[in-house]
Amino acid sequence: MVAIDFTAVLPGDRTPRARRVAIGLGVLLLVTCLLSLSHGASGVHLGDLVMALWAGDTLPDRDRLILWEIRLPRMLTGVLVGASLAVGGAVMQGLFRNPLADPGLVGVGAGAGLGAVLAIVLGSMAPAWVVATLGWQMVPVAAFVGGWLSTIVLYRVSTRAGRTSTATMLLAGIALGALAGAATGILVYVADDRQLRDLTFWGLGSLGGASWPKIVAAGPVMMLALVAAPFLARGLNGLSLGEAAAHHIGLPVQRVKHVAILTVAAATGAAVAVSGGIGFIGIVVPHLLRLATGPDHRYLLVNAALLGAILLLLADLIARSIIAPAELPIGIVTAVIGAPVFLWILLRRRGLVDM
Amino acid sequence: MLTIRNLQVALGRTPVLHGIDISAAPGRIIAVIGPNGSGKTTLLRAISGDVPYQGQIALDGHDLATLKPWELAARRGVLPQAATLAFPFTVAEVVRLGLTSGTQADRTDLIARALAEVDLTGFSGRYYQELSGGQQARVQLARVRVQVWDPVQNGAARWLFLDEPVASLDIAHQIGVMRVLRGFADGGGGVVMVLHDLNLAAMVADHVWLIHDGRLLDAGPPARVIGGPGLAKAYGCPIMANQMPPAAATFVLPHGLWG
Repeated sequence: MVAIDFTAVLPGDRTPRARRVAIGLGVLLLVTCLLSLSHGASGVHLGDLVMALWAGDTLPDRDRLILWEIRLPRMLTGVLVGASLAVGGAVMQGLFRNPLADPGLVGVGAGAGLGAVLAIVLGSMAPAWVVATLGWQMVPVAAFVGGWLSTIVLYRVSTRAGRTSTATMLLAGIALGALAGAATGILVYVADDRQLRDLTFWGLGSLGGASWPKIVAAGPVMMLALVAAPFLARGLNGLSLGEAAAHHIGLPVQRVKHVAILTVAAATGAAVAVSGGIGFIGIVVPHLLRLATGPDHRYLLVNAALLGAILLLLADLIARSIIAPAELPIGIVTAVIGAPVFLWILLRRRGLVDM
Repeated sequence: MLTIRNLQVALGRTPVLHGIDISAAPGRIIAVIGPNGSGKTTLLRAISGDVPYQGQIALDGHDLATLKPWELAARRGVLPQAATLAFPFTVAEVVRLGLTSGTQADRTDLIARALAEVDLTGFSGRYYQELSGGQQARVQLARVRVQVWDPVQNGAARWLFLDEPVASLDIAHQIGVMRVLRGFADGGGGVVMVLHDLNLAAMVADHVWLIHDGRLLDAGPPARVIGGPGLAKAYGCPIMANQMPPAAATFVLPHGLWG
């Protein structure tokens, strides 16, 4: 008699592959982080610095400044923003049960942007206690609220009886984006010179403005979203069966939806507040991972955070080396790479058009 | 014990169920029959917790409204009429969605056994979306089965609520699924299913609830309900009941249709 090994993996269970991919991505992220730290317009190389430290020398002030005040915050911002954009996209796609639901595409990014611009332009008019309580956090918090409100509106408009219509979602997203864009435009009109400079710099979509104060302001919001996301995994898996079936298998559906909306808003809002609109990470990363290891959110969300961070750091490396010493806005790099991938997704999945 | 007391459901402003009183003991298969739009599916959705209702529904003395989603999920599995799936899951992954606890090892075991039960051994690696409608329906049944695999847990009976579980299946797999449900009921679990096919209901059900215009028109053993006068009234067409010789099961034929 043949003993059946029940610990064997059933065909179709992609858990082991997803775990291997997670380990690989973790290693790759470390390598990318080192690359990001050691490359820059100043020509300071990490290797030289490590050698110097190893030899017991103290670092020259200039090198220490470049590493500590420019490259390290930039790398950390890249990791946090890339992870947040990818996780925000994956969570939103799970919530809407739709691989095309990207915060940047469906107006949530624009809503978050409007929140950020409101805080920059009209922040000084807010009541004193608000300014005192929020301080540095005002821009990311306003972006979070903007993203949150637009996600709620979008979900209400496009979901009926637990089912989301792709067409309605995309069209509502266009309307929301246009509305937020118009409101942002009006605010730009009333902004003064100093605020305009803030806005322009911010709107470019760049990690160039990374600094410790910004990390302190927006980092915790992004960390919160990244920590919350894995707890949503089972809920989002269940939601892929539809809201009714998710309830049947024992999930608190309303709570899952609320936490998912808050997570999307936090991830997108804080990322937008720090780096402006960086597109396509939120749609390309989860899609690639679903192709590689399947849609199980228990692994998808973690791997999306890793791959999102890696891709954004790489995009940033390209953005600042391709026309060095000048810099390309990173949004251009992600769009040049991401938009064709997005079109390819559409081509491969023509069925989506009928949904 | 499933107890339904004065159940009233309105969908929007339209009242669909007007006061249903019935109870069901586990260990039996109950078929809910009735014409289109009579409220069968609404009744099943109410006991599954999908629609707001007035009145009371209790499972083993626990009011449905007071149970948490995960407590409900431990007591009953639900197979909806049409199942959707958003992302490209494999068959094994879909079935696993029904599991809420257990170690990796006995999960794999359960998934394999549930797939074998619905004659889908060897399909675990296939993409769900690439299967036929009938195969997808069987995958969904396997998902519901792993959720409440043992018909009795900690002394409490578990339930399967199914809406048209065999509507898209060929005749052999219809019988296969009915065998699965019979085994579940014989093991002490409760089965309540909406069935369109009166002859199938007559063949497998221990008890039949006949719904007409949102009311319970009749309830009892199939030989009496399906063979009785209520059926023609409910469906609004003359129906002839017969006894099939060997097993003495009732079967019905519409008659007088062509004048």
